Parts: sequence; C-alpha cells; structure tokens
Amino acid sequence: MLLSAVVFLPMLFALIVALWPNQRTLRPLALGFALIEFALSLGIFYYFDPSSSALQLVERYPWIERFGITYFFGIDGISLWLVILTTFLTPVALLGAWKSIEERVRGFLACVFILEAAMLGTFLAMDAVFFYLFWELSLVPMYFMIGIWGGARRIYATVKFFIFTMVGSVLMLVAIIYMMFLTAEAFGTMSASLLDFYRLDIPFISGQFLSPQTLMFSAFALAFAIKVPVFPLHTWLPDAHVEAPTPGSVILAGVMLKMGTYGFMRWVMPVFPEATVHYAWFFMLIGVIGIIYGALVAMVQPDIKKLVAYSSVSHMGYILIGLFALNEFGVTGGLYQMLNHGISTGALFLLVGMIYERTHSREISRYGGLAGVLPFFTIAFFIVTLSSIAVPMTNGFIGEFLILLGAFQANSVWGYFAVSGVVLGAVYMLWMFKRVFFGPQGELVKDEHHPLHDLSVREMFVLAPMIVLVFWMGLYPSFFLNYSKASLDHFVKNQAHYELAIQSGKEVAQ
Amino acid sequence: MNHPILMATLLLAPFVGFLINGLRYKRHSANLAGVIATTAVVISFISAILLVVDLVGLPPETRVISVKFFEWISVASLKINAGFVLDPVSAIMILVITGVGSLIHLFSIGYMHHDAGAAKYFAYLNLFLFNMLILVLGDSLPVMFVGWEGVGLCSYLLIGFWFTDDQKAAAGMKAFVTNRVGDAAFLLGMFILFLSFGTLTFSEINQLAPTDPTLAWMNPVTLGTLFLFIGATGKSAQIPLYVWLPDAMAGPTPVSALIHAATMVTAGVYMIVRLNPLFLAAPNTMMIIAIIGALTVLLGATIGMTQWDIKKVLAYSTVSQLGYMFLACGVGAFGAAMFHLMTHAFFKALMFLGSGSVIHAMHEEQDIRKMGGLKKYLPITHWTFFFGWVAIIGLPPFAGFFSKDEILAFAFFSPLGHEALWAVGALGATLTAFYMTRLMALTFWGKSRVPKDTHPHESPPTMSIPLIVLGVLSIVGGWIGIPHVIGAILPGHPENFLEHWLHHSIKPIPGLTPFDVTTEWVLMGVSVTLAICSAFVAYHMYVQAPQKPEKVAKAIGPVYKVIYNKYFVDEAYFAGIINPLVKASKGLWYYIDVNFIDKTTYVISDVVRGGGSLVRSLQNGNIQVYAMYISLGLVATLLFLLVR
Repeated sequence: MLLSAVVFLPMLFALIVALWPNQRTLRPLALGFALIEFALSLGIFYYFDPSSSALQLVERYPWIERFGITYFFGIDGISLWLVILTTFLTPVALLGAWKSIEERVRGFLACVFILEAAMLGTFLAMDAVFFYLFWELSLVPMYFMIGIWGGARRIYATVKFFIFTMVGSVLMLVAIIYMMFLTAEAFGTMSASLLDFYRLDIPFISGQFLSPQTLMFSAFALAFAIKVPVFPLHTWLPDAHVEAPTPGSVILAGVMLKMGTYGFMRWVMPVFPEATVHYAWFFMLIGVIGIIYGALVAMVQPDIKKLVAYSSVSHMGYILIGLFALNEFGVTGGLYQMLNHGISTGALFLLVGMIYERTHSREISRYGGLAGVLPFFTIAFFIVTLSSIAVPMTNGFIGEFLILLGAFQANSVWGYFAVSGVVLGAVYMLWMFKRVFFGPQGELVKDEHHPLHDLSVREMFVLAPMIVLVFWMGLYPSFFLNYSKASLDHFVKNQAHYELAIQSGKEVAQ
Repeated sequence: MNHPILMATLLLAPFVGFLINGLRYKRHSANLAGVIATTAVVISFISAILLVVDLVGLPPETRVISVKFFEWISVASLKINAGFVLDPVSAIMILVITGVGSLIHLFSIGYMHHDAGAAKYFAYLNLFLFNMLILVLGDSLPVMFVGWEGVGLCSYLLIGFWFTDDQKAAAGMKAFVTNRVGDAAFLLGMFILFLSFGTLTFSEINQLAPTDPTLAWMNPVTLGTLFLFIGATGKSAQIPLYVWLPDAMAGPTPVSALIHAATMVTAGVYMIVRLNPLFLAAPNTMMIIAIIGALTVLLGATIGMTQWDIKKVLAYSTVSQLGYMFLACGVGAFGAAMFHLMTHAFFKALMFLGSGSVIHAMHEEQDIRKMGGLKKYLPITHWTFFFGWVAIIGLPPFAGFFSKDEILAFAFFSPLGHEALWAVGALGATLTAFYMTRLMALTFWGKSRVPKDTHPHESPPTMSIPLIVLGVLSIVGGWIGIPHVIGAILPGHPENFLEHWLHHSIKPIPGLTPFDVTTEWVLMGVSVTLAICSAFVAYHMYVQAPQKPEKVAKAIGPVYKVIYNKYFVDEAYFAGIINPLVKASKGLWYYIDVNFIDKTTYVISDVVRGGGSLVRSLQNGNIQVYAMYISLGLVATLLFLLVR
C-alpha cells in the first residue's frame, strides 16, 4: 500500500488545500503536507532491498481486464531516487516561493500537489496505460501554473509547452495501443504491463525504418525526447521556464525533465533493445549537439533565467549520452546526473527567483557587484554554480565524470566532443557570475530607494538542504549509488533481454 | 605517531582554518584571521615534518606511507579511494607547500592588515592549501584532479579577490576558463589511461606502464600522456595556455607568491614526475614536452625583458622558469625538474614577496619606471631580493645555479635531449640574467624616480621575517643537489642528497651514459659566463647609461613592439577563438532557435490548422454541396471501375 499512498496522498492534499477556508494558514498547511509526503516517501527505504534488482513494493490489481490494463505500481533502484527527488523538491519549491505567488494561492498549491502526484505516478506506474495517464496528467497542472501565475508571455509559453509535449504523447499512445495488440498476439491475452512489454520480441529489421520495432521505438523516443528536451525539440523549454513562476521552474527543471530521461531508461531502452543499440549513435549525436549548443546559446542570453534554462538543455544532453553509452559508467552517471541536475538547477531557479523578488528584473546587464551587497546570497549562488559546472567534491562532478567516461568508452569520438562541454559550462556560468556579482555595482544593485536585503532565514532554510546535498552527493556518492547499483547492473548487463522480476514478500503480488 | 591521524591533520588543518575564517569573516579583525590561518598552516607544516621523519625512517625501497580514508567512487571496475600517499616526491612537495605556505601566510598578516576582506582572504588561502595538499598527496589521478580543480578554483577566487574591479574579476575568470581547457584534456587523459590500464592509481599505472617505449602516436600511452600534458600546460602556464598567468597578477601579491610561483603552477610538473615511468614509455610526448618547455623558456624570458610592471616581470619569469622544469621532464630529468621546482619555490616566492614589500612601501605602485634607488629605503627587502636575484640568474653557489645547471646538463647529455635544447636553455639563462638584473636595477639601484609624494618605508617584521628565511633558503637551497663534478672537488666530497632521496621514485632514463666531466665543466662555464656577461650588460644599460634601453628599443623597433605586446597572443585568441565563438553563439540562438526551429513549428501548426479548415469546409452543412460531393464520388467510382 505504501506506493499507492505515496502517489495518492498528494491528491488528497490537493483537495484539502483547495477547500481549506483559511487563507492565512494555507501556506504553512501546504508546506506541512509536502513535508509529510516527503517523510512518507522516506518510508520506502525501510522496505527497499538495495541488493535486489527486482521490482519491489509491488501493488498489482486488475483494472480493465478485457484489455489487460492493471493498476500496477512498483519501484526499483532506477526510480527510487527520482521519487525521493520529487518529494524532496516539492516542499523546497513551496518554501522557496513563499512570496512569489500572491494571487489565487489556493489554486496554485492544489496544482503543485496534483503535479507531485502525477510525477510520482509516472515514476512508479508499471502499466503502460496507467503510466500514460499519469504522464498526461502532469501536463495539466503545469499548464495552469504557467498560464495563470506566469510572466508576461505566459499564454504563448504555456500553449507552446502543451503542444510540443502533446505531439509526442499522442504518438506514444498510439504506440502503446499497438504494443498491447502485440502482447495479445504473443501471449494470447492482451496486456499493458511493462513486464509483458519486456518479454515481447518485437521484429527488428536493421536499416528499415518501417520495421515494427523501429516505429514503436521512434514513437516512444519522440515523446521522451521532447520532454527531456533534446535538441532540436528544446525550444519550448526556455519559454516555459522564463514564464513559469519560480516553483514551477524548480519542479519543471528539477523533476519533469527527468520524466523524459527516466522514460528512456524504463520504456525505451529495455523494450526495444535492438533499435536502441542500432540508433544509439543518433542519440549520442543529438546529445553531444545538445551539450555544446545549449552551452553556447546559454552563453549569450541576456536573461539569467533563460541562461539557466539553456544550461538545462546542455546538462540534459549529458544525461542522454550517458544513458545511450549503454555501459555501467554512462548509465550510472546518467541516473546520478538526473538527481544532480534536479538539485543544482532547482537551486539555481530558486536563487534566480529570490533575486527576482528583490529587483523584479532578470536582466544580467542591469546587475553587477552583487557580491559586495549580498554576501550570503553570493556564497549560495557560487556553491550551486560549482555544482552546475561540475567542480570536484560537488555532486555534478561525479555525474559528469562517469558520463564522460562512459561516452568515451562507448566511442571515443563522443568523448572528445562532449568534453568540450566541461569548458563551455564554465564559460557561460562564470561569465554570468562575473557580470552579476562582480565588477562595479549595476543600476539595480546601487538603487538607494530599494536597498537589497540578504537571504532571509526562510531562504536559508530552503537553500541549506540543497547545499548539503551538493557536497554529500559529491563526497560520498556510494550512499546514493548503492541503492541503485543492483538495478543499474542488471539494466546494463541484460539490456538485450531485459526482464524485471517481482520481489515477493512484503507486498502481495497478483 | 599514527599515520592516518597525522595525514588527516596535515590535510584538514587548513580546511578547519578556512571554515573558521570563512563562516565568521565579518566579525574577525584582520590580525586575528591572519593568526588563525597561519596557525592552521603551521600545524599542517608540523604534521608534514613528522610524517616525513617517519618516511625517512623507512627502508629506501619501501619508502611509502599510504592512507585510505574511505571509498569515494565505486562503479563497476572503477574504484577510487579517498586515498593519500606520501613518498619521496610528495614529501618534497608537502614540505615546500606547508613551509613556504606558512611563511607566506605570515607575510600576509602584515600585507593584508588594512584590507577589510582580510578574513575572507585568509579563508581562501587556507582553502587553497587544503586543495593543494590533496593534489599532491592523492594516490590516484581522480583524487589529484580534485585538488587540481580545487586549486584552480581558489586561484580564481584570489585573483578576483578585489572583485569590484571589473578587470580583476575578468582575470580570475580567464584563469579558470583557461585552466578548464587543460582540465578537459586532463579528463581525456584519465579516460584513455583507465580504459587501457583499468586503473587510475599512480602506483598501479606506473607498474603497468610498458617498459618498451612506443613510437606510435595513436597508442594509448602516447595519447594519454599527451592529454595529461595538455592539462599540465593549463595549470603550469605553458604554451599555449600560459596566457592566464600574467593576468593572474591582479590578485594580492602574496597570492602570486604562493599560488602563481611556489605551488600551484608547479602542479603540472609534479604530475608528470608522479607518472614518470609512464611518460618515459612515450618518447613522442617527451619530445613535445621538451620542445614546449624550451619554447616557453624563451617566450617568458623575452617578454619579461620588456615589461614595466614589477609583478608582470616576475610573472613572465615564472612562465619561463616553469618552462625549464618541463624541459627537464621532457629530457627525462625528472629529479632535476623536482629540484628546480623546489629552488624556484624559494627564490620566486622570495621575489614575489619582495615585490609585495616594494608595492606596499610604494603605496600600491607597481610600475618600475617610478621606482629606482629603493635600496636606501628598503634595505631588508633589497638584500633578500638580491639573493633571489643571484639565485635565479644561476650564479654559483646559489640555489638556482645547481638546479638550472642540472637541467641544462641533462638537456645536453640525455638520449632524449638535444644540443639545441641545451642551447635554448643557455640562451634562456642569458635572457633571465638580463631581465632580472634590469628589474633589480630599475627597482633598487640607480637614481630614484620615486614621485615626491610617496615615502617608501621598510615593511613590518611579519613581512621581513619570511623574506629573510626565504633569502637564506635561496642561498643554501641548492646544496642538497650538488652535482658529482663539483662534489668531487669540494672538501668532504658531499653527495648529491636529492638524487639519493628520489632514487626509488624516479625511473632512470634508458640509455643514459655517465656525463663526460670535461664537457660538463665547459657547458657549466659557458652558461654561467653568458649569464654574468648579460647581467653586466643589463647593469650598464639600466644603471650606468639609462638612456640606452630606449635607443635599443628604437633600433629594433618592430621586434620590440611585438615582444612588448606579448606577441599579440591574447589579441589572437580573442580574434581567433573567443569573439567568433560569441558571435556564432548569438547566431545559433537567433537563426536556429528563434528563426529556424520555432518558425518551423509555426509552419507545421499553420499547416495543421490550414488542413483543418480545408477539411472543415467540406462539411459546411449545405445540402447542395453534399449532393455534389456524392455525385462526384459516384462518377469517380464509375470511372475507376471502367478504366480497370
């Protein structure tokens, strides 16, 4: 029952928040709820067996029996940390954006909780239709978050976000239905279970695009690639980020983008093994392009938030090449980088939000010399910058090192090109840092009528756990990786014939 | 004493200092912060001495103390420990780092006395030492890389210490980014070595290093070492990545002494020495290292002759002296490289601190055209600087003579060396003597050109004590490596102590024959004579006939201009790489993102919408139109059936 509780509790919270009569206690209430949810998700560790690669804490009940659709939750080393990341970032985002949402607070908080539930469902659902429901559900609250509480161009951004994502999703739905017919053909009864998808042997004809496996692969891959987002399908991201309110950006960058990379790991690479190997070069290529392109375009952005958004494109490129390196280093690094990116980019968006609340501007050229005025803010920003540019002893380094090593092992050409991201990453982040924090004081900084205040206690509370994680994950990654090791080993070694066992025991399987 | 505890104390004392000063920096007075930071480093220094004493007690063949704290990264076959290893090579380094580091911290108390951000400064300085010790003691390339990037980071912070000055902040960024280029290559080197050896631990790599040198270029050993060397050119300011070091002088002067002369910039040399069996297996890489080293010697020395900023002269001198160390590595004389690294740490730290003392006395003036005759006002600074000067120009029996001479001898005699490399080295020594004498003359000797409103004064004892200690070390520091030819004629026949000490850590150059004694004396004589003559010329030009330099500069007009402008390398980098990159990025954003991708999606959505309205017009609710469609369809079907 634990996973169901983890997924559906936020839905209940959304309902309570939406009906809560007292405007004043709304925010503390929501924060309390988010923390309860986080604590509950930590309960997973109690039951989770890190030495097993099997699906654990499984809940599986028939739902629409005629089509073999089931209510099916399960967790393994791949999804475990993504679930924790989601439940961790939600209270952080809420507390971090305490003041940035002034209107229709109730609706906003309800959206946050629905979104949380949808994301958790996406990470935990093991039935294709069930998964698809959560996948699509996550769009709705984000659509409103950007469309109602967003910036000036919010309508444009939110429609763009929605349409881009929908295009991929619809194709994925078609593919899911087709796959269900395949299961009926292969096993006699129709099934939407991911485990049955894994068992399918979908015909693959090398070099032919119209072979069933390649088509299915493309449909799934497109949906996830848009979500990641992968070059050249990334243009929705900067707009969505810039227009989204701070908590929206934090959740969007921190968790939602990982739904794409997670999708690749869970729904693409093991289900379509031949196509994955055959087209891995293509994903390596667009991954490397993403790294370099994202970094270069980030470098010339005049808006801090847009810069961070493009840096996401670059960082997600790393994750993609890590996964498609298809070896232990790359895949482990890829998964680790998903968490790192959640922390570092989440923190960057929080920090950008904090300074925006003070000055109502994100234009880099209007800043300068901030370090002299806001020392604590500067230190926090600097530490997160270090994480983002993968300086050793921060979490970013572990991920980037493993990914680059994996890419290099897969094919050194990718390694040689991808490593340029190490330089470019430092260029765009430090150049921005220099223009915002160093040099003579800019117009916004020396404005006497609006003296800037350094981090408040609340803001420190928001940033402290992020900064602790930056170093914890950088200095002692084994703590985190040990929970995922068995699953990742299994994933890499059996990529060609992937199966996922169900751990019997504490939860009853069907 | 317990080795893990000593090692932990050695490493963590500066880190604790960093935390104390860093977390409470607004509340500390400059002096208190300085005392805390200096104490931390002295604790480190004492632990280092205790550890080295234990190391000396071990039998020479197994002279290694290694400590593993915890497993850092463990993924598949990649296992990296937070492990640290003290061996004869790293022993020299930690003594230099913590010893010279203590002196520089002490000096900083006086130097940064008036600065409001002194506590922050000391915090950074401690953090730097922490990282530098990780770099030096790390038992594997990735752990070294932790320190490697860490020192780069501290260097960035300290160069841009006075961050309100845009230029200083830019200099910090330039240093970091240039270093990052090297670091990216370092990463590639690690990947190549890991995939071919299956390990990144120094001891294992050195064991697995092939004993037969390979001449193939695409061989993992050649490629791996080459990439590591590119990494070293970043950190150690060699061609083509040296450009950040002169700009790094924007930082406080003691920082230049500690980071940009004595310790961090030698990291590349140290890394190569650490992996010397591997590098010896890659003669192609060695050749490139030697050539780059030799060219850098000349580049640094020639530019150093034309600069007017006291710190810039020293900076280019550092670039040039680091070139000697790489030249030594390239010809396989790793011991000589370490020797010069050490003596250079003494005399260059001394001169940087001396220049700091001068700048302090001159109220932040750095232009040597506005100095002259300072000997009278700053006797201690002058005399200590004097010993740095005789050390660097290689006068016997001062420190620099022994180490530079050893490098030159190896460049000549080593099978990996070449007469031309010796010649370049000797020419470099000549130029060094010239620019250092010029610096001495313009700063301390001759007529005073000090502006009237400046009243130079000698520095306080916290600043002069380090100068004196380093001055003594610049005199005697070379005596631990007295070459055999000289040892043979000295009373008591002193041994070459350093050679013995490093014997088991450094692989001998294959095919090296004992040096020919007569030739060695001749070579030594030639280089020293050249240096002395050159020093006299410089003395004559800048003290006795001050109008001459200008005439010479005019006579060689264009050449002088090119050198004075540092060969226009910065300009070339901007015009050739940076500006085009920024322009191209703007182009990518504007043409690809905004115009191509987005416009394409608009077109697609327009097509979808247009298609929709087209289909919509089919069902406009008009019965007559429907009837027409039906009849058209009927006709088409009939036609189809008929034709078939």
